[in-house]
Amino acid sequence: MAGQPGFPEILAFGPTGYGDELLFGAAVSVAIAILAYTLGLLIGLIGAMSKLYGSPLTRAIMQGYTTLVRAVPELILILILYYAGTATLNRLLESSGFAAIAINGFAAAVLVLGFVQGAYSTEVLRAAIQAIPVGQMEAARAYGMSPWLIFRRITVPSMLPYAIPGLANLWLIVTKDTALIAVVGYTELALATRQAAGNTKMYFTFFMSAGLIYLIITLVSQKGFALLEKRVRRGQRKLT
Amino acid sequence: MNFDLLKMLIKGIVVLILVGILAGLIYWLLTVSQWSWMSVYYTLLIKGLWLTLLLWIFSCILGMIFAIPIGLVQVTGPSWLAALAKGYCTVIRGTPLLLQLWLIYYGLGSLFPKIAMVFPDFRTDFMWLIRLDAFWYALLAFTLSFAGYEGEIMRGAFLGVPRGELEAARAIGMSPWKVLTRVWFPRAVRLVLPTLAGEVVLQLKSTPLAMTVTVMDLAGVVRNRITQDTYIVYEPLMLLAVIYMCLTFLTVWAFSYIEKKVPQKR
Repeated sequence: MAGQPGFPEILAFGPTGYGDELLFGAAVSVAIAILAYTLGLLIGLIGAMSKLYGSPLTRAIMQGYTTLVRAVPELILILILYYAGTATLNRLLESSGFAAIAINGFAAAVLVLGFVQGAYSTEVLRAAIQAIPVGQMEAARAYGMSPWLIFRRITVPSMLPYAIPGLANLWLIVTKDTALIAVVGYTELALATRQAAGNTKMYFTFFMSAGLIYLIITLVSQKGFALLEKRVRRGQRKLT
Repeated sequence: MNFDLLKMLIKGIVVLILVGILAGLIYWLLTVSQWSWMSVYYTLLIKGLWLTLLLWIFSCILGMIFAIPIGLVQVTGPSWLAALAKGYCTVIRGTPLLLQLWLIYYGLGSLFPKIAMVFPDFRTDFMWLIRLDAFWYALLAFTLSFAGYEGEIMRGAFLGVPRGELEAARAIGMSPWKVLTRVWFPRAVRLVLPTLAGEVVLQLKSTPLAMTVTVMDLAGVVRNRITQDTYIVYEPLMLLAVIYMCLTFLTVWAFSYIEKKVPQKR
C-alpha cells in the first residue's frame, strides 16, 4: 500500500488518480442512458399507437410485452437479454454461414435497456394520449386532417404535458438502471467505481464520489425536465 | 395515406419479430432446454426463495417504519430536520440502489475490521459485527432505500390530508400525539395505499441486486451456484423470471384485495 495517494489526490486525473476513469465511466453511463432512452421512446411511441389503434392481435402482443417486461426485475431481464441476445445473434450468424462476432457490450447494453424502457414508455405515452380531450381529435378529423397531420399537430403537442412527468421519471430510472450493466461486466460508472474501490480499498471515497456524480446527473435532469414541462404547458392553466 | 403505409410496415415488422421470438422460444423450450438440474438444486432454490421473501418483506416493513417520521418531519418538523429528511430522500432517490448496496457492503464491511485493528476490544466484543452475513448488509441497504422512496410519498400523503380534519381534531381538544395517531396517520395511510402496491413491487424487483454482494437469495442461487456449477445459463434465468412474475402478480392482486376491503369515502 506504500505510495498510494490519499483522499483528494486519489481522485486526480492521470496515471496516479482515478478521476479520469470515473469521468469516462460517467460519460459511458450517460451515453448508454441517452441512447437507451431514445430507443425506449421510439418503442414506446410505436407501442402506444398500436395499443390504442392497432388490430386486436397487435394489441394482445403489445399487452403481453408490457406486462411481461414490467413484471420481471430489470436485472434479470438484462441478464437474460444480454446473454441470450448475443448468443442467439451469433447462432443465427453461424447458421447462415457468417463467422460469430464479438458483440459490442455498449450496443448490447443500449438495446437491452431500451427494450426494457420501451415497455414503461409505452404505458406512459398511452396514458398521455388517452388523456387528450376527445373533442380535439374529432375537431382535427372534422377539418379533414390526415392521420399523420393529426399526429404531428394535435396528438404530440397536446399529449406532452401529460407525458412529461412520466417521461422525466423514466429518464431518472434509466440513468440509474445503467448501473445494472455493471453486473454483466461492461465498464460504466458503477463498475469503474467498483474496480477503483477494490484496487485502492478506499470504498467510501469511491462509492460516494460515484454517488455524487449520479446525484448531479439526477438533479440537473430534474431541472431540465422542469423547464421542459413549463415550456410544453405554456398556454395551459397553472397547476395549483 | 403515407402514414397508413408506414404504420402497416412498422406493425408488420413488429409482429414478425415478436412472432419469430415466440416461435424460437417455444422451439427452444421443447427441444433444446434442459431442466435436470432442478432435481439437484431445488432445496437450495427454496432456501433462496425464502431469503428473497425475507429480504423483501422485512425491508418493506422496516423501511415503512422509517418512512413515517421522514415524511412527517418534512411537513411539520423544525426546518433543519425537514431539510435533513429532504436531503436524505433526494440522495437515496438520486443514486442507484446498486451503488448504495456496494457502499454499505464494501464500505461498512471494510470499516469494522479497521476499527478492530485500532481497538482490540472491538474484535472480542463485536465479533458478530465483523462476521456479519451479507444478508444483513443487503437488508440495511434495501431498508434505507425503501425508506427514502416511501418517505417522499408519505410526505405527500401527510400533506394530502384535508386541513379541516386536523383542525377539527385539534378543536375537540386532542393532543398533537392523538391527532397524529387517530386522524392524521390513518388518513395518510389510506391516501398512500394505492401507490404502496407499486412501491412494494418495485422493491421486490430490486431484491435480485443482493446477489452482487454474495447473498444466496433466489438470484444468487441461480447465478452464483447453478450457472457456475453446471454452465446452464438460460433455463435457471427463465425460472427466475417466472417466479418473480408470479410474485409480482400475487402482490398486485393482494393489494387490490386489501384496497377493496378498506372502506374509503369519495
